[in-house]
Amino acid sequence: MRGIKRLALPLVAIIVLVAAGTAGGASRAKTLVFAGASDPTYLDPALVSDGESFRVTNQIFESLVGLRPGSTVVQPRLATSWTSKNAKDWTFNLRKGVKFQDGTPFNSAAVCYNYNRQYNFTGAFQDASATYYWQTVFGGFHHNASPDLSPSLYIGCTAHGPYKVTIHLRTPSGPFLSAQVISSFAIQSPTAMKKYGANSGELRNGVFYPTGSYAFSHPTGTGPFKFVSWTVGQRVVLAKNTSYWGKKARIDQLIIRPISDNTARLQALQSGDVQGYDLVAPEHISTIRANSKLKVENRPSFNVAYVTIHQGPGSPMNDLKVRQAVAYGLDRASVVKSFYAGRGIVANEFQPPQLFGYSKSVTKYPFNPTKAKALLNSSSCHVPCKVDFWYPTNVSRPYMPDPKRNFEAFAASLAQAGFNVVAHSAPWRPDYVKHVNEGTAGDLNLIGWTGDFGDPDNFLGTFFQTYSPQFGFHNNAIFKILAQAEAEKSLAKRIALYKKANNMIMKYLPAVPYAHSQPALGFDKNVKGYIPSPVGTDPFDPVFISGGV
Amino acid sequence: MLRYVVRRLLLLVPILLGVSLLIFFWIRALPGSPAEALLGERATPQLVAQLRERYGLNKPVYQQYFSYLKTTLEGDFGVSVATHRKVADEIKQRFPATIELAIAAMLFAVVVGVPLGFFAAKKYGSFFDHATLVGSLLGISIPIFFLAILLKYFFSVKWQLLPSVGRESVTLNTPHPTNFYILDAIIARDWYALWDAIQHLILPAIALGSIPLAVITRITRASVLDVQNEDYVRTARAKGLAPRAVDRSHVLRNALLPISTIIGLQTGLLLSGAVLTETVFAWPGMGSWLRDAIFNRDYPVLQGGILFLAVVFVIVNLIVDLSYAIINPRIRYS
Repeated sequence: MRGIKRLALPLVAIIVLVAAGTAGGASRAKTLVFAGASDPTYLDPALVSDGESFRVTNQIFESLVGLRPGSTVVQPRLATSWTSKNAKDWTFNLRKGVKFQDGTPFNSAAVCYNYNRQYNFTGAFQDASATYYWQTVFGGFHHNASPDLSPSLYIGCTAHGPYKVTIHLRTPSGPFLSAQVISSFAIQSPTAMKKYGANSGELRNGVFYPTGSYAFSHPTGTGPFKFVSWTVGQRVVLAKNTSYWGKKARIDQLIIRPISDNTARLQALQSGDVQGYDLVAPEHISTIRANSKLKVENRPSFNVAYVTIHQGPGSPMNDLKVRQAVAYGLDRASVVKSFYAGRGIVANEFQPPQLFGYSKSVTKYPFNPTKAKALLNSSSCHVPCKVDFWYPTNVSRPYMPDPKRNFEAFAASLAQAGFNVVAHSAPWRPDYVKHVNEGTAGDLNLIGWTGDFGDPDNFLGTFFQTYSPQFGFHNNAIFKILAQAEAEKSLAKRIALYKKANNMIMKYLPAVPYAHSQPALGFDKNVKGYIPSPVGTDPFDPVFISGGV
Repeated sequence: MLRYVVRRLLLLVPILLGVSLLIFFWIRALPGSPAEALLGERATPQLVAQLRERYGLNKPVYQQYFSYLKTTLEGDFGVSVATHRKVADEIKQRFPATIELAIAAMLFAVVVGVPLGFFAAKKYGSFFDHATLVGSLLGISIPIFFLAILLKYFFSVKWQLLPSVGRESVTLNTPHPTNFYILDAIIARDWYALWDAIQHLILPAIALGSIPLAVITRITRASVLDVQNEDYVRTARAKGLAPRAVDRSHVLRNALLPISTIIGLQTGLLLSGAVLTETVFAWPGMGSWLRDAIFNRDYPVLQGGILFLAVVFVIVNLIVDLSYAIINPRIRYS
């Protein structure tokens, strides 16, 4: 027994010491600690395409244009105004008196340097993993290394004095301007990039790897925060840029921590280790709401979940009546009501409602099993019409928090509508996505998309502008109108074209959209001024902490 | 002794060759490739084909293996396809975190487990003995992640005594020359940082140490029960040695031999088994890194990381074998 007593003493001592120590929620005046799901890849925005990297680079860097907070409306940022007569040559008037965080001036030479830098990328930098967004928006480069790359949309930049530039495109592009808000097109300090080897990189075992130190420890932009340090696996520390041209940040220090586990992020918020976090799991929303010290912020919906209808040789889905029966047979309202924790709306088309080009007059398909059965019986696939329906396992996507339960509800409603549903499942990574993209995931499958930038082209154009094995259809009218909308210079005409395209798509039914969901962020109640962006470009400069966090 | 060590080290070569073969073919047997895993919804067949070609995945498997073997022998583990960082750099940063956590967990398991097991044996059949049995069973059967969440709920969320994530407070700015935070704080004579690092270690160490604690307690108990009925213990008692001296010099010392084997094996397991603990505590070690690598089919990370852990595992076991001679001088290696 004496032994136990001897053991108890150090244990008590530890507990006392622990109690005496200041854990987690220590007072950190004017410092905001925010948790994301992982580390950034690099801090050179031209070379990254993931949200966690952009979360940091969006604070350090700015593009020519930005977004009105909380929306997808383009507004001036480093450019004060812009014009384009033909959607090919875009002239920007630049903001005067702006300096990079290394003290060098921001001007038209810096803008042209940044665009030309990416345009002239060679070798390893032309890898899709290095320059995903350049390739998405501009296609190829000045000298394409691979025949698979298309000719570059960007063809040059002309400086007209220090504060005016024209960016020249090969062909007219409507989405060009909206795409420039992506952090990949932010303007970085040419001096810092040259000094710290931003343009050196290599392919090792086929993977792009920047060999200079710029992307790891010297990112230099014009934004409201400047880089201080990055401890991989632990934190990125940013400090207020006191020389910022605009309204200065209200916090002195921003620390972004990578916490990959959903529950760990929640507990870090509850314990005060962080004051905010992104990607709240739907099942944690009620826990945060129930805590009087915490709150939930909603990210405006910018995604779409849909049921792919795969057409192809011999497929029953080639028959429009069968596709219509599928649309009437999916009880989308019940799925959204039951499995989106009050954070979803039924999707009637393939783009979010707040994006221009949304049409209020698309054909709608409310759940109607009787109509679905009638359509099937007048089609080439009579009741019970056999369909292979795939869903993913081991995954929760922002637009589809619980795929299995979505599938089960849809399978039940389709059965009611006269379909004989054969279930197939596969792990999300990598089998499921591979099958969906290659068009081998049955007649129907669950999938979705989160937008990258505020243009309908990023939704409709991505899905339906050309033939894709995923959907397996050829519809030249749809392909043509989307190409036309992409190339159109007038916004009013683009809006009209996308509305028309949405109407055509929902008549043709290459897939059935079913939900737009609102992702959630969790915060300490004292954190104020955070405005979630639909495309994840959340600014931290208006954020402040009231009281003592 | 030296010959024994050299022989054991030479044995590393076939072991590592075998391990490299196993890892290489195991990860390629998993469905999919890094290309599909990384691109997700954006994985068009063209992009997938482009990446597969880039990663050399369209070459024959034996060619891929030999090129992997060649670069590994040159000391190049390659670059992670997911994080684009050098695997060797990541190991350098993450391995100390895992070692530190494993040592803390083992320290907790030994410091608590050996006395518990010892006293359980001494009080054989008592309430205390039964209580340690129940405790051990619980320790083994409670999933680590559940225990971790429970510990965090009470100590971090409810009572706010200990931090819930990470290795150090984010506002600290201590230099980390070795990446062993306890050691770094001692080198810098920064006692605040030392206490901070210890605070961050407590909960993950308890969670990770729960299984070894249970095992060590049971093994110690069984071993002590065995030894205390040996002739030499009876003789020592008959000679009139004080009970405490008998326990210390004869019972515990002899009972330690199987315990040290278990400690060695468990330490090896802790190094590779910290996956859940590291994930739940956002501990930037090898475990959470390898877990992500499996999801991402990150071949270079899996190949480099697991091979590295295999080397460590073999070396830990060698050290354990050598420690037998220290614990029991009758053992000689040849």
